[in-house]
Parts: sequence; C-alpha cells; structure tokens
Amino acid sequence: MSATAEITRPAQAARGTNDEARDVYVTLTVGGQLCGIPVLSVRDILGPQTITRIPLAPPEVAGSLNLRGRIVTAIDLRRRLGVAHAGSGASMSVVVEHQGELYSLLVDNVGEVMRLDAQSREQNPPTLAPEWRAFSTGIFRLSGELLVVLDVATVLDL
Amino acid sequence: MDDLLADFLTETNESLAELDTALIRLEQSPDDQATLSLIFRLVHTIKGTCGFLGLPRLEKVAHAGENVLGRFRDGTLVPTPSAITVILQAIDRIKLIVAGLEATEAEPPGDDSALIGALNALMEGGTPEPAAEPEPAAEAEPVVETVVETVDIAPAGPAVAPTPVAADAVEVAAVPGESGVAAQTIRVSVEVLEDLMTLVSELVLARNQLLQLARTQANSPFTVPLQRLSHITTDLQEGVMKTRMQPIGNAWNKLPRLVRDLARETGKKIELSMHGAETELDRQVLEFIKDPLTHMVRNSADHGLETTAERRAAGKPEVGRISLNAFHEGGHIIIEIADDGRGLNTRRIAEKAVAQGLATEAEIAQMSETAIHQFIFRAGFSTAAQVTAVSGRGVGMDVVKTNIEKIGGTIELRSREGRGTTVTIKIPLTLAIVSALIVECARERFAIPQISVVELVRTGGGSETAIERINRTPVLRLRDRLLPLVRLSSLLALEEGEAQEGAESFIVVAKVGTENFGLIVDRVFDTEEIVVKPVAPILRDITLFSGNTILGDGSVIMILDPNGIARTVGIGAASGADRTGIVEAARAEAGASGARTSLLLFRAGGSEPKAVPLGLVARLEEIAAERIERAGARAMVQYRGQLMPLVPMGVDLDDASVARRPVLVFSDGGRSMGLVVDEILDVVEDVVNIQLGSARPGILGSAVIAERATEIIDTGHWLALASEDWFASRRNATAGARPHLLVIDDSAFFRHMLVPVLTAAGYEVTAAETADAALKLREQGRRFDAIVSDIEMPGMDGFAFARAVREDPRWAALPLVALTSRVADADILRGREAGFTDYVAKFDREALLAGIAQVLATRRETEVA
Repeated sequence: MSATAEITRPAQAARGTNDEARDVYVTLTVGGQLCGIPVLSVRDILGPQTITRIPLAPPEVAGSLNLRGRIVTAIDLRRRLGVAHAGSGASMSVVVEHQGELYSLLVDNVGEVMRLDAQSREQNPPTLAPEWRAFSTGIFRLSGELLVVLDVATVLDL
Repeated sequence: MDDLLADFLTETNESLAELDTALIRLEQSPDDQATLSLIFRLVHTIKGTCGFLGLPRLEKVAHAGENVLGRFRDGTLVPTPSAITVILQAIDRIKLIVAGLEATEAEPPGDDSALIGALNALMEGGTPEPAAEPEPAAEAEPVVETVVETVDIAPAGPAVAPTPVAADAVEVAAVPGESGVAAQTIRVSVEVLEDLMTLVSELVLARNQLLQLARTQANSPFTVPLQRLSHITTDLQEGVMKTRMQPIGNAWNKLPRLVRDLARETGKKIELSMHGAETELDRQVLEFIKDPLTHMVRNSADHGLETTAERRAAGKPEVGRISLNAFHEGGHIIIEIADDGRGLNTRRIAEKAVAQGLATEAEIAQMSETAIHQFIFRAGFSTAAQVTAVSGRGVGMDVVKTNIEKIGGTIELRSREGRGTTVTIKIPLTLAIVSALIVECARERFAIPQISVVELVRTGGGSETAIERINRTPVLRLRDRLLPLVRLSSLLALEEGEAQEGAESFIVVAKVGTENFGLIVDRVFDTEEIVVKPVAPILRDITLFSGNTILGDGSVIMILDPNGIARTVGIGAASGADRTGIVEAARAEAGASGARTSLLLFRAGGSEPKAVPLGLVARLEEIAAERIERAGARAMVQYRGQLMPLVPMGVDLDDASVARRPVLVFSDGGRSMGLVVDEILDVVEDVVNIQLGSARPGILGSAVIAERATEIIDTGHWLALASEDWFASRRNATAGARPHLLVIDDSAFFRHMLVPVLTAAGYEVTAAETADAALKLREQGRRFDAIVSDIEMPGMDGFAFARAVREDPRWAALPLVALTSRVADADILRGREAGFTDYVAKFDREALLAGIAQVLATRRETEVA
C-alpha cells in the first residue's frame, strides 16, 4: 500500500547520500561560538522573520513563524545555550526537522556548508560547561577556530 | 498488503458492523424476511470471498454460520435468543480472525471446532450450548493448507454440507450488481480525503490572504476574478467537507449489540432507542466521540439502570430505557444520552469526594447538587460499590470529558435521583475549519473560536458599562448578572502597565459549559475562518491554547482555548480540572446567591465608610442645623408635618460649625426616623459578604465594598434607638394575631436585614439558613402563616424548595413568597410553576411587605370562604 512505500522512500534516499553527507555541516555562530549542525537535518536557512510570541511558553521558545504555510516553532538557540543575547532580535535561523515537526533555531549568524574531516574530530573536553556538554556531540579542530557539533535532538528536547 | 485482501477487509468490516445491528433486529422480530435475507447474504458474501482468497479458517466459521442462517431463512429453525447468541459468537470469531488478518496478513491460528460444533448442532435442530470463549492461539491447528486445497475441498468439518465454492464465488460477484445504488458510489481511501481537506484548508488561507491584499487596492482588475475564486473556494470547501461527513449512526451501530449483551449479562431488561442516527458530522469528530459514546451507554446500562426487581419495587416499568438523540443546533451537533434509571447518588459521590480528599465536608455542604455531580468527571472517581467487568473501574467519565473537550466540545450532566441521568454533549460539526474571533491584547493577536463567544461588550472610554472590582477582582455587571472577568494580559503573563482604569477595552463573553465569563482584551478585530493546526509538542502543556493558525495576512496566531482558560482560573465547577476550581466555583455560587445589593455608603463617626442597604432607606435629606430641635435628650426635626426623631450616629449634633446635616430617613407605616451622619458618600452595587462579625451594637460587621473595608450597620438597632416602641407599636397593633413568617436565605446579611424589617412590620419571624433547615422545621411540626424564601441558594434552591413544600400536605397550603435579585418574566413564570405564590425583588422592602400582606390576606379570605 502507499503508506509503506512512503516510509521506505526517505530511508533509501538517506542511504544513498548518507556516506557523503554525513560529514557535512552547516556552520553557525551562537554568542560568538562557532557551531555546526549536520546538513542532513537542516531544512532551510532563513533571514530575519516576523515571529509571533507565544505567551507562557518556555523562555527558550522565541515564538512561531510562518514558513510557506507551515507553522514553525522558533527556538532561541542563544537562550537555550545560555549565552548572552547578542544585540537585536534580527537574527538568522536554521530550520531543522525533529520528530516530524519543524523548528527554527535562532542564531547570530549562519556561515557556510562545510565538509569536515573526521580526523579533526574530538570528544568534548570534560571541563566544558554542563549546558554545552549536553548539547555537543563533539568538537572539530578547524584552523584557527573550534567548531562545536550541536545535537539537534537534545537541543529540541525542551 | 495485497490490494485484494485490503478490499476484502474493508468490505468485511462494513458487513460485520451491519450484521451486528441486523441480528439484533432479527431477534426482536424473527419474522422479518428482509432482515433475514440481508444477514444471510452478508455472511454468504464473507464466506464466498474468503474461499476465493484462500482463508480456510474464516471460511469454515462463516460457512457453519451460513448454514444455520439458511435454516432461519427457510423457516425451518426459529431464531431464538440463544440461537442468535451462537450466531453472534460466530460473528465475533469472524471479527477476531479478520483483526488477525489485518495485523499480520495471515489468518491467526486457533481452534474453532467448539463453535462450529455448536453451530452445526443448532443447524441440526438441537438447542446448543453457547461455545466457549475464543481459545488461546497456543492450541492452534496448522494453517498451512494451500490455496489450491481450499478451493478444491469444500470446507472440512464433519457436519458441513459441501457447497461448491466456485459457484459461490460467481454468486458473490453478482451481488454488488444487484443494487443500483452500488454503482453510484465509489470507495475512496480516507487518506485521499484527508489530503484534499488539508489542501482545501490551505487554499482557503491563500484566498483569505489574496482578499486581504485586494481590499487595500481600489479598482484592482483582480477584484472580480478574485471574488469568483473566493466563491469557488467556499463551494469547494463545503464540498470537501461533505465528503468527510458521516451519519452519526456509524458510531452507534455497535450499541444495540452492546446493550443486548449487557442486558443478558446483568439480567436487566433494557430498551435502547436511537433518534437522529442520520445526523451527519465530520468523520474525524465521529472517531473522537465513538468511544466516549460507547462508554456512556455502557455506564447507563450497567450503573444507571436498576435491576428489574428494583425497578418493580420503585414502581417503574420493568424495561429500562436508554435513549440516544442527535440533532443539529447552530453549527453544532448535540448528542443526548439519557436513561430513566436511578440517577446519581449525590450522597455517595459527596462521601467519595471527601474520602478521596477532593473536598472537605464543609465545602461539600456548601455545594449544589449539580456541583457535587461534577466530581464524577474527575480522574479515578467511581462510586460503583462493585467493580464489574463492564464498568466501575474508575476510568471513564474523566476520559470521556477530556476526549470531548479535546475536540472543542462541551459536556453537561443532569441527574435526578430516582429519575435518571441525562448527559448532553455539544460538539462542533468539523474540526478542520473554524470561525474565530481575532482579538488583540498587549499588542499580540489571538484567535478565540466563535463557538464559545456569546457576545462582545465594550467598556470604558465613554461607554456606559464599566469594569468594577471586588477586592481587585474585576467583574462586570451584565444585565443584572455578575460576570467574572479574566484579564487576558495577566492570564498570559503579557506585560501591562497596571490596568489603565477607564481606558477603552473589550470584553469577550465566553461560555464554557453552563458558565459564562468575560475575557478582557484591548481590541477586537474581525472574525476569520481559520484552520486549526496543532501546536508544536513542546507547547502542548500550555493548556490555554487549543492550537495555532496562519491568518490571511500570513502571520501566525495562537488560538485560545476557552475551556482551558476556565479551568486555569477556576471558572465552572463542571470543568473539574482542579480541586480549588470546584470549591471556588461553589463558593462563587454561594456568594452569587447573596448577589448584588445596592448599598448606600456614608461616613459617620470615623473615617471608614459605613453602608446600609439602599432598600431600607426611604429618603436622603439635608437638614439645616438650626431646624434641629431638642426635647430632653432627644433631637428631632419637623419633617413633613410630623416630628421626626433624629439619631446621631457618632455625630456631635452640638457642633455649631456644621451648617447642614445629611440625614438618612427610615420610614415605616407613617412613622419616620432620621439617622444623622457625617457625609453621604455614594450608592454602589456590590456583593455583600460579611467577613467580620461585630460586637459593637449597631454594626452587623465588616465587608469589603467597592474595595474598601466597610461597616454594615444594623438598622434594627438604630430604629429602636429612635423610639423604643418602634417595633412594639406595630406589635401591639397586630397583637394576638401576629402572623408567623419563615424566612429562608443563605446569606447571613439578608437574614439580619430581613428579620428586623419584618419584625418591625409586625410579624413574628423565624429564619432558616438553608432550604433543608427549613424542611427540618416542617418535620418538627412547626407551623407558619407564610414562607419567604430566597431563590438562589446552595444545595436545594428556591424552586426545589417550593416544590418540596407543595408536595407535602403539611405546608402545601402556605403562601410562599419568592425573594430574588433576579426578576425577569421567565423567572417569575418558573417560580409560579414551582409553586411560589408571589415573586418580589429582594431589595424592594415596600413590595415585600405589600406582597406578604397580600398573600396573607388572600389566604384569610380563602379560609373564610
């Protein structure tokens, strides 16, 4: 039946591209820190958007926005990571999908799409602040900078 | 899954549902040939198709069943209830196998020989024992027969008459062709319809967006085609909605079987009547209410209805009735489930509530019967003394309520002990598109579903209505009723400068269950058709929102859930979400029965305000100081040709610096007295709730009125000061024949107020706090000449009390005067129907006295006559 076909299709698609795409990350800065999100989980990059506030929501929830007819919950990644709010609300966001729902992560800036060498990947230093340790699945040593790999599932586990 | 098998399953499931109903019908009228043929044909089709598909187990059961049905049809066997039971068992077994097929695409293993044996015995004319329950899969027979085998070999089994399967298959193929209707319909998967609905919803949104754009441009060439697009979209929307509509009967067709089984199980006689099965509603809604409906019917059959013996003892017909009724009303579907059983046991619910710590005895004592009944909607609340297999496990009504509310519906319960229970469910026709009112609050916009909006009221900014406060709690006086208000900005924790008093704002009056409340918002925009989308999972626990949506201008907006709001602020005992809610609502009810009183605020001896019910004051005067005369220690003034005694209330009459004295004039039977005060402040209307009693003579106690602690004066005390014989004179005048009045009012304040007034008017007065207390007096054999009763009281209200009075011969002939703050024609009519002789407004002293005098006079006349 059609339902089963639909389930298998993305799985196959993922399998095909997985090997090349696994090490590709979208880089972004949050509170001055360079971070990366696996490109496979990123759906969209957005410029500043009109965000509707949601009263009584957790402080990390910035609100919701209309992405081509879909309602997307905006999460302020800076608040989520406990870094100082850098200036105005006009920020870029990265739309990710998590358990069938779309979320837009508000960040200071979105950088580029980079393939990172698995060789330069390291474990989290044990001294990393607890909130960062929870969200980070590892660190990449880039030339002149360190990139923190964010675990989307944990970040969205509000 | 194989397409053929999928089609078979869909069809078989439909047939099975139809079969259940048809068999019950057959049991009731065994001679119904049409039903018999239908049943036979349905079973036959199932059997034929499964032979075709190679489903041997299913086929054997169906075949054995068909044989028995064949004899029914031929008239050689009578469909007795026990025979029907066996057939139903066979249907159940078929369902079981079909369920297995659905899950695994293969027949579940199992042994049907007992059942088939029973069916065969039946066919041979014996009276069969109903077969054992479906056996565990363990003792499975091998299901490895190949398709070829089943096609070739007619179903095995000792007593089965071999039927050529091929012939069946041909016949089956012919069946759909028989009815012309079949050709008019096609089967469309629900998924396709859902997708269509989503697309149409999006189309509606896009249309709204375009319309909004077009509105800003005059003479746009797009206007006309856009309008056309708009019409087509609306038609399309309606059309697609129609495809999702299903008769509510689809959710009901299992119920006759359920009730029949329950009746047999419990040994009761039950008649289920269903009306409005053709009422259509959205299939999504239908899915949601199926289980709650089943549960409630089950409850009615199991708990609601008494056993046959009990019914006989209670003088009721032996057959208990459960009736289901569905109909459309203003964009909603109303479903009523009623039984004529024993009704809810209020006392037991109260005991259980106390035992479970949901409320204290004292709180219960203050609650109305209806409020107590609402406890059954609480999780884990079941009063069934015995947990039966059917119900009474304490899961149920709370789930029912949650499910109904989830789809934006409401549920109401009315029960009368010994008479039965009626549950009324009100649900929206469809969930997909709702009409919503867009409001603004703290510069944020929100949508409120139109279903719960009763009206809009503009306040402040020069309009006539204004928000008032009881100790910081905002309320609105709306057509003589007090409407609790909720400030949306505070509720949603949106920042606000401390409520700009007097600024223009709007009140959205919302209805939740039977309760109304007002939501204070800053602005009200249009209504818009919105498509409700569920909120993201991380926001699900914010119960104030039922979803979110995208407006015509493309912005995202949250949809407020009036039910959630009511629960959060504790409005509506019916919501039953939290304990404080219920108790507070009950208190509010009790307070509301004290209702609003017009009070005269004044200052006399001291800076704190004092208050007296305006109804007691005849006039307000200002008397020049030089007109005050002295006679001994007494001050008086010539007033309307009489000498009126003046009583200073903490006021120094000798103070020459005051030129004019404000005086409250109390008047009674041609006599007047004046209370001299410092200053008359205001006339306000407020709920009087005396919080602190007072030991000081002349003061009843303190209450918060117009946000200030205010002393309520005891008029009786001051009247007596003016002339000791104030009361005595009247007494003497009517000495010997002082009529004895019974006054019932739950508010201490009113009892304090009424008793002196009535005593002053020459009556002997006994006061009771509740209707129950009053009825106790009846039990004690007390006699009165007339009864004056409040209407809105906790526990038994005035109407119920009136009926109780009229039912018992001891007080049945007494004149009964209703005292109420609500005087509307409908109320008066209702009062008269309940048995009240007269109806008087609570604060109209003259009318009350006149009313009492008149009913007493009428009574004397009838007695004389």
